[in-house]
Amino acid sequence: MKKKIANWGNYPAIDAEEKSFIFDDQLKKLVAETEYFIPRGNGRCYGDASLADFTLSTLKYDKMLSFDRERGILECQSGLRLDEILKVAVPAGWFLPVTPGTKFITVGGAVGSDVHGKNHHVDGSFSNHIIEMDILLESGEIVICSLSEKADLFEATCGGMGLTGLITRVKFGLKKIESSYIAQKQIKAENLEEVIRLFEQYKQFTYSVAWIDCLKKGKNFGRSILILGEHAIREQLNEKQIKDPLLLPRKKQIQFPFNLPSWVLNSLTVKAFNFLYYNKNLKREINNVVPYEPFFYPLDAILHWNRGYGKTGFIQYQFVLPLDAKDGLIAILQKISDKGLGSFLAVLKVFGRQESMISFPKEGYTLALDFPVRKGLFEFLDELDKIVLQYGGRLYMSKDARMRPEVLEAGYPELSKFKAILHKYNPSGKFRSLQSGRLLLTKN
Amino acid sequence: MSTVLILGAGSDIAIAIARKFASRGYDIQLAAREADRLKPLESDIRVRFGVDCSIHAFDALSFSSHEPFFKALEPKPEITICVFGLMQEEDLAFEDFDEALRMIQTNYSGAVSILNRVAGYYSRQKHGTIVGISSVAGERGRQSKLIYGSSKAAFSVYLDGLRNKMYKDQVHVVTVKPGFVFTKMTEGLKLPAPLTASPEEVADAVFKSVLNRKNTVYVKWMWRWIMLIIRNIPEFQFKKMNL
Repeated sequence: MKKKIANWGNYPAIDAEEKSFIFDDQLKKLVAETEYFIPRGNGRCYGDASLADFTLSTLKYDKMLSFDRERGILECQSGLRLDEILKVAVPAGWFLPVTPGTKFITVGGAVGSDVHGKNHHVDGSFSNHIIEMDILLESGEIVICSLSEKADLFEATCGGMGLTGLITRVKFGLKKIESSYIAQKQIKAENLEEVIRLFEQYKQFTYSVAWIDCLKKGKNFGRSILILGEHAIREQLNEKQIKDPLLLPRKKQIQFPFNLPSWVLNSLTVKAFNFLYYNKNLKREINNVVPYEPFFYPLDAILHWNRGYGKTGFIQYQFVLPLDAKDGLIAILQKISDKGLGSFLAVLKVFGRQESMISFPKEGYTLALDFPVRKGLFEFLDELDKIVLQYGGRLYMSKDARMRPEVLEAGYPELSKFKAILHKYNPSGKFRSLQSGRLLLTKN
Repeated sequence: MSTVLILGAGSDIAIAIARKFASRGYDIQLAAREADRLKPLESDIRVRFGVDCSIHAFDALSFSSHEPFFKALEPKPEITICVFGLMQEEDLAFEDFDEALRMIQTNYSGAVSILNRVAGYYSRQKHGTIVGISSVAGERGRQSKLIYGSSKAAFSVYLDGLRNKMYKDQVHVVTVKPGFVFTKMTEGLKLPAPLTASPEEVADAVFKSVLNRKNTVYVKWMWRWIMLIIRNIPEFQFKKMNL
């Protein structure tokens, strides 16, 4: 039976047949008898990457296989979610080596998207912490791969959007922590110049990200709040916190009850939101020690926040530009500001160096912003794509639902190598998604 | 700490129950026909909850193996939860008696065979809890669940009788009737969300019913009322209905 599925952006929504598996033999049977499909985790990529007529859900394939509490090495099945890992790792004094802005993603998804976090400039992306993994190939065979074994498969799987095969097992290293708290510093920047300077000034911080107001013009163009953090050491904790330094934050979640009508979001309401967000910090600089939840996962506290964009959905547009392409960043922000198409949350971050074949991160500035799906949006984004390419940048496939294949090709110089590896391990294109067809990575 | 035995540990519901009890500190014994498959679950329970977990080969249809199976368990579980069951295509089962028999023998005979052994042990030691996962389908016979429903009816009546028999020995018996559940088994079906429980909700209900020594529990409260109505439709009317 087909059911409606969509990823986090609620665009596109399609009818698909989704099947799940608990055991390896069930998985192998499904793979053998399904003509084509895409593996799907918790559906937290934004666009059409994990959508296809047939999907294999990994959510029931979520077992923790081993956890070395001395060395901080976790081995698990691919459907395990990061929030479940935190519950076990944090009390034992370990944290995720890299985490995106939501903990509701699976480990398989973290690998397939090769996710990055606020610490990219220090710790790289998720794949940098993988020791080895198992992948079920089109042939039905499960093979082990790592940087030293079947390195081509390993490289093409990290950021490869599930197209090389279905990741079954991942073994990766965690990060040692003394407490579950974050020593946080927030600094208000009056404009883009200042926030870029601050990023440079505070680059020794493990975690850094800036929220940026895209609608502000004139001398406050690009005003931002830079958010910096370090895992707090015990000396930084207050009396109450020190009693249980590795305490798991209590669950406080509210649910976005329904899709907001799409007219609610307009430049006026977004301006009001941005005004409040920027001015909630009265002082220029705030220093405090907070639990890790609000620091890493502020939006996870509102389940289904994506409903705020209405049922027509939204596109999250994320690109990276090289460090010397500040003008490109200004040009893009200018265009967005002129168009009045701002989003609640535009997030700016500096990536460190990264050598990878198909993963998104590379050294430079990355900006992510949401646009509700409206008439004219895609044409507008095509124009932004041109600027991104002109300055030597590229787009993030996990957020993408609409880029043209030429844009992917121009942004990823090793794309032909990636395609050759896909051809080797997924020759008939059994693993395919709407996105892989659109981007001509598979023949759909 | 107490130990819980889960019979038929390979289903979504069984996994959720195992994790629920393990999260409250119980050691877990997982039993299923293909025990090797359970290795990832065994490590999952150890890693997540820091309790002891073991796996045991158990075939509901191999009646003669049940006594040695239970004898070999060490330690003996204080709580035994019978989760296994079989739901086949009813049309197939109507045509092919071997299919019908397999359902009857799994859902009823197999359950009786193992639970008699467990209950005997519990009554001698004067404590213990048995949980049977039965079904709302066993409350009234209807065409779309002819064999499955009648086999679960037999199981429910057995559990009632066992509860009565064990009462004097301080052994408690719980009957759980989950109603619709979102599981691998039902993923092709369109189920009404308000009436459909997640495996985790079933596990919560099982845990609470053991703790509070409940007799018969439904998972979603509405099922109690739905089944009350269904049970009370006069037969002359019911027999004409397409349920």
